[in-house]
Parts: sequence; C-alpha cells; structure tokens
Amino acid sequence: MDRPIKGAGDGRGARATAHELARYEALFAARTHGMKSSAMREMMALTERPDVISLAGGLPDTTTFAPELYAKLMSQVAAESTARALQYGPTEGMAATVQCIVEVMAAEGSLVDPSEVIVTTGGQQVIDLVCKALIDPGDVIVAEAPTYPGAVPTFGAYQAEVAQIEMDGDGMPIDELETTLDRLQAQGRRPKFIYSIPNFQNPGGVTMSLARRRRLVEVARERELLVLEDNPYGLLRYEGEPLPTLYSLDAQAVGREGASDLVIYLGTFSKILSPGLRLGWAVAPRPVLEKLNLGKQGADLCSSPVTQLFVAAYFNERDAEGRAGWREYLERLKDLYRRRRDVMLSELEVHFGEEARWTRPQGGLFIWATLDEHIDTTDLLALARKSEGVAFVPGRAAYMDGRSGSSSMRLNFAGVPDDDIREGVRRIGKVVREQVRLLGTLTGSSSARARLGPSPAAGAGPEPPDPAATHARVPDGGAGLAGGAGPTDAGGELADVVSLPRRNEEGSARRRQDR
Amino acid sequence: MSAGRRVAVLKGGRSLERKVSLRSGAQAQDALQRLGHDVVAIDVGPDLVERLITAKPDAAFVALHGRDGEDGTIQGLLEAIGIPYTGSGPAACMCCTDKVLAKLLMREAGIPTPGFHFFREESMEELGAAGALADVETKLGFPLVVKPASQGSALGVKFARANKELPGALLGAFSYDRKVLIERYIRGRDLAVSVLDGDASPSSGRLAAGEPVALPVVEAVPREEDFYDYESRYEIGMTTFACPAELEPETTARAQELALEVYRRLGCHGVARIDLMLEQDRDELWVLEANVVPGLTETSLLPQAADAAGIGLDDLVGRVLASAWTRPG
Repeated sequence: MDRPIKGAGDGRGARATAHELARYEALFAARTHGMKSSAMREMMALTERPDVISLAGGLPDTTTFAPELYAKLMSQVAAESTARALQYGPTEGMAATVQCIVEVMAAEGSLVDPSEVIVTTGGQQVIDLVCKALIDPGDVIVAEAPTYPGAVPTFGAYQAEVAQIEMDGDGMPIDELETTLDRLQAQGRRPKFIYSIPNFQNPGGVTMSLARRRRLVEVARERELLVLEDNPYGLLRYEGEPLPTLYSLDAQAVGREGASDLVIYLGTFSKILSPGLRLGWAVAPRPVLEKLNLGKQGADLCSSPVTQLFVAAYFNERDAEGRAGWREYLERLKDLYRRRRDVMLSELEVHFGEEARWTRPQGGLFIWATLDEHIDTTDLLALARKSEGVAFVPGRAAYMDGRSGSSSMRLNFAGVPDDDIREGVRRIGKVVREQVRLLGTLTGSSSARARLGPSPAAGAGPEPPDPAATHARVPDGGAGLAGGAGPTDAGGELADVVSLPRRNEEGSARRRQDR
Repeated sequence: MSAGRRVAVLKGGRSLERKVSLRSGAQAQDALQRLGHDVVAIDVGPDLVERLITAKPDAAFVALHGRDGEDGTIQGLLEAIGIPYTGSGPAACMCCTDKVLAKLLMREAGIPTPGFHFFREESMEELGAAGALADVETKLGFPLVVKPASQGSALGVKFARANKELPGALLGAFSYDRKVLIERYIRGRDLAVSVLDGDASPSSGRLAAGEPVALPVVEAVPREEDFYDYESRYEIGMTTFACPAELEPETTARAQELALEVYRRLGCHGVARIDLMLEQDRDELWVLEANVVPGLTETSLLPQAADAAGIGLDDLVGRVLASAWTRPG
C-alpha cells in the first residue's frame, strides 16, 4: 500500500465532500451506536508491541504442545480425511468432534446428550449466537461484576442493557441477584438470561461456591430464567475439589441426566488445547439449540472441518498405558499454570504493597488486583506502557458502563513465561509505588507513604511462594465483602480470595450522580 | 498546486492517537491520489528518515496526531532533511501542543481563556507545590478540570467537583504528562473553529500563503447529558455535530475572530482548529486550545467545517498540501 499510485483522471469523484463521507453514517444500523470504540481500547491496541511485556492477553500457553504431535495429527487428517476436511460440514458440528465434547464434559462430571450439542467457532460465538437468539434492543442481561471483557462489546452490539452484580470471594451473591431480579420485576422487566462464569471467573479469578451454584439454579427454576454458563477453564483447576457445573445441577433438578432445562452451557477447546483451532460449543435446551443452529447458519454455516477433524484425531491419542493423551497434556498445562500463578502471587506480595488487594484463583488464567481507589488503572496503563513497557487490562473493560472497576486490573499469568511475570509485576509495582507516593504528596498525608513499607529493591529478596500463608491473609474488614455477608455458605473454606474488590458505596453513589 | 507531485503521507506513529491518525492519513492519501499526486504512505517508525530519504518526496503531508507529529518533533526533523511539509512549523507546534504555554500566550495577548494554574509533577514534592493547591481551589472555584499539558485526546482529562476529588484527578492527569493544568470549568456549549490559509499567490518570486480564513463554527453536542465524563463524551457515536452551529450572528463572528487571533498569535500555518466554549447564561466565549494537526477522518470537525464552507475534502487536502510551499522565511 506504500506503492505510489497515479490517481489522476480516473474519474473517481474529484470532490469527495464531508457529506459523501457522512453517507456511511446514515447507512449504519442503530446497533452500531452500541459498538463503541473507546480511548481505553485504542490504548490497549498500542500495548501489542514487542518491547512491551503484556500481562493483558487472555492467552493460554501453546509453546509446550509437541510439534511432532501437531505434525502427526495434521498429516493424519490430510491422509485419512482429505475430502471431508476440505468440504463443508454440518452446522451442528461433526459427530466425531461432538463425541470429544461429550468426553470433555464427562471429565467435569456433566453428562450430555450428543444431540443437544452444537459445535461453534470458539466459545465467543456462543455468546454472540445466544444474544442473536434472545436479545432485542433494550432487553436485560444480568451478569457478574466484573464480567468477561470480551462479552462487553457483544452485549453492546445487541443493544442489551446489562445489570451487573458485584461479586465477592464466592462469586455472584445470589441474594443480590434476587434483589436485582425483584427490582427489574417491579419495573415489569424480565432478564433474558443470567450470564455467569462460575469457575475461576474472567477477570475476577473467583469461583462460585457450591451453595450458590445450587441456589442460582433454584432461582432460575423458580423464576424460569435462562442461565448462560460460560465455563472455559473448569478443567484448569490447580487445587481444591472440582464443583459441579450449573448445567449438571439443573439436569439433576429436572430429574433426567444429560438434559438441562434452563442452562445454556458454553465450552471451548481454546484453553485445554488451542485457541487457534477456533472451536467451542454450546449445550442447550432443544428449542434454544434450534435457534442457535439457525443463527449459526447465518453466521458461518459451519465451523472449520479441518480443525474439527484435528480435535477428533487428537482425542484418539493414547499413550503406552492407554491413557488419553489430551488428559496428560491437560495435566502438564495445569502444572505449568499452577507454577506461574504461584510466581505471580509471590511477586504481587513483593511488589504491590499493602494498599493493593488481589484474588487468589484456584484455577484459570487470571488474577484480579485492586489498588488504592484514587488510582485509575486506565491512566496507570498509559503511564506503565510508556515509562515501563508493561501492560494489563484496566478494570473498566469488565464493566458495561466503562467506568466502574476503575481501580482494578486483570493480570494474565498462564500465557506468560515466568521471567516475564516477574519482570512485568515488578514494573507495574514500580509505577504503582510512584503513584501512591505522589498521591501521598498530593493529599499532604505521609501515611500513604508509610503504608508502602520499604522498597523491595532495598529490602530482602522475594519471599518464597507460600500459598498457604497467602491464603491465610485476612480480607480487609467486613465492609469489603458483599453486604457484609462473608462466607455465607460452604463454611468459607472455598473462598479462594485474599481480598476482594471493595464494595464502595460512596463510589457507586458518585457514579450514579454522574449520569 | 499543480498535480503530479510526490507526496509522503506521514501517519500512525506511537502516540495514543495512532488509530485516529491512521484514519486521517488514509483520507488524505485518497484525496491526494484523486488530485493526481504520487502518494507514499508512511506509518511512522524507526525507519522514517531512511524511507523519506529513499522516497525523495516533494513534500510531506503530516497526518500525525499527538506525540511526535504535533509537538514539533517531526517538523524539526523534516527541516533537518530538507523536505517541505504541511501545516505549522516547530515553534507553533510546541506552543499549541503545550496547553500551558498556549494559554499563557493567549492570556498575554488578551485573548479570553479560562482561568488556570499549572504544576509540574516533580514540584509537588521537591518544592512543596501541593501546598499551593488549596489557594488554587479558592481562586478558581469548583468544579475544576485537570488536564495533562500535552495530551491531545480526552485521555487523562479529569473533573474535580470538590476538594477530595482533586488528588485523584491530578494523579490521573500526571499519568500522561509531568506538567498539568488546573482550569476553571466552563459549563456551556462546545465549539470549534477551523482556520485555513487563503489561496497561495506568488509574491516576490515565491509563493505566499493567502490571508487565513475562519471556517463555519462546528458545535459538538453530547448525545447524553453527561458533562462530567470527558472520555465517553469524545467516543465515536457519543457525540453529534452541528455545522454550522446555531448561534447568534454576532457570536459566530466573534468566535471566528477569536480563532483567527489565536491562529496568528500562536504562529500557526496552513491549518489549525481552535476549540472554544460558549459559557452558559453569560454568552461569553472562551478559548480552550489550538490543534495544529486537526483530524481528517469521516467524523472529524475540520472536514465538516470545510464542507459547510463549500470546500470539499479534496479541495481541503489540496489547500493543506499547498501550505508546504508557502512557509514564510
């Protein structure tokens, strides 16, 4: 495109006016107004540079997948299924791939009927198709706060209104959910679905307790509401007992195995195998499934048969003892990610100071850290990118209003080499310390400085990772927990959180005034 | 200018306004091609000088916003390698990019600009400048706007409605620049006046720019009444524009007159966009700042204003290009 082009005399409008340019504006659908570009997102694009250590991505690690195996599987697909791989496939997905999905879900204790599965182009497509099937402009979706930053633009594009419910260490508080549902009901509104990521939530890093899972399913049944259960990381658990999926709890409640009434389940191969395959799936009640299928026909007819056959071949891999290869790879990934999580947690202890709080996820890819409320992480990102060459996702990306969560950030540990985690957290910590120090000067208080403690550079070396000690750290005061409820259920032993995003009543009141 | 010139369009770069710049650059490229020029598009990076030397363009069309492109860096560089370029020279770029300097110069010239004080980050601690904040609050009164001195986009522009919000607002603004200004908030209507040099004419053997003219006034109308949130206010789709703005004829005339005064006083050349506020209830005009590389995107203010004056995009780009050869001195 840098080639010089002679454009003279080609008859293309010699006078392109601003009106002509504005004609596109007149053609755009109303929904495009909900497809906002924001300064923050534009800034995120600038962090994708080689000189920047990015803890911002949602990336799993793909560097440990054996190249020989990849080559072998691709050759196998090429040799054994040339015509099928190169052909269109069924919209609902290829039977062999669906079988793999049934196997993956069984590994998490969810039994599914293969006829209720639809293979999709990544888990992201499920969110899009569910919105396409259910959301008219102005319809309400209830989601966690913070919520998956990648769902925010999708909800926006379908012009949904999203009610977000602030989580605590046990995920979405169901009493808060009920309060919100009551409030909506009083306005004559009924949410189209409740969107939840129960396991190692993105970006919050928290896991919904068993009691809340049960209660969520009960509430959905009492009020006949659909739930979209987004579970990309369920199998990436590094400690603690696995918890049943909302899908399986609802299926039990219905009284028939392998068929939930109200839960639409979203799964993906992205985090247990590869996001490059672009393969995910939904399991849904049949009437919903039919609409998802019609929606997918309009979107892309079918997901790639090449990668579907790759997955099928991969799931047939067995080692010498007859163990499934995919499960072994999963174990290796878990070991890798567990170690990286621990590296990040211990670096956070060293570099983030007393004022910061962060979640301690039992699995998944992300840690959610919350700083002093005066620090806006969008501004911090601008500074950190420029002065230290490091990036993270500012908390605002996880809120529909683009303003809440402004003192929090999402940090990815899974897709980042250990040394980059260490260096990245150190760099962010440096900027945070400088900001806290400046804040102390601005407010004229020396207490902010005192709270920082000695600089880690001058003090002792990094502490050894000690998850137990970290776990034992007490969350800050009751005020921080949802409604002061604390561990309302499950005896609190599942609270996988060091400390929590603060419920700042004053802050939210201020935001309301802003409107 | 006659057709068939070789023009390097400089765009992109590493500023926070990179994306807008890429869109401005693309618009300029298309228009320049329609005008019959040879266009070399350059996404500005470490190979800039090398590429310019290889391409040997007759002129560089500066479509870079923010850092480097608007602060005089690129302009100084282009002068060093002897390539004529569009728009203002380094001195005007430095003045306009530094909102503090621009406002000081405007104040000296008697041009109305909202009351303000400025601070450097280091002085907060080293000189105990934080101790002056209380005085500033008293003198200017809340609500206050805190702005990084050199950030072109809305990023980092913060409101403080009360004493306790000022530290956070300063902290945010300092994230973008070590120098910030605290300004009295003017509640009212957002106006912008673009200024364009008149047609070039030969004068003592070389081309001279014509008298600058002010284009029709554009008003930015936020879609939602949310005047405390600058950032969303300037998001695409959150604001609609009225051009020409519906104003009393004397207000329009006064706004244009002020814009021309700023343009001359800050030494702008070729093109600039002056942002003003029309204060609610008092009907008073205040100049906020001047932009030396106004956006050329589909939704930018300059093309809208030019269009309202009967100047199409190609014409506009052609006139901006002419400014490369009319620089005085």
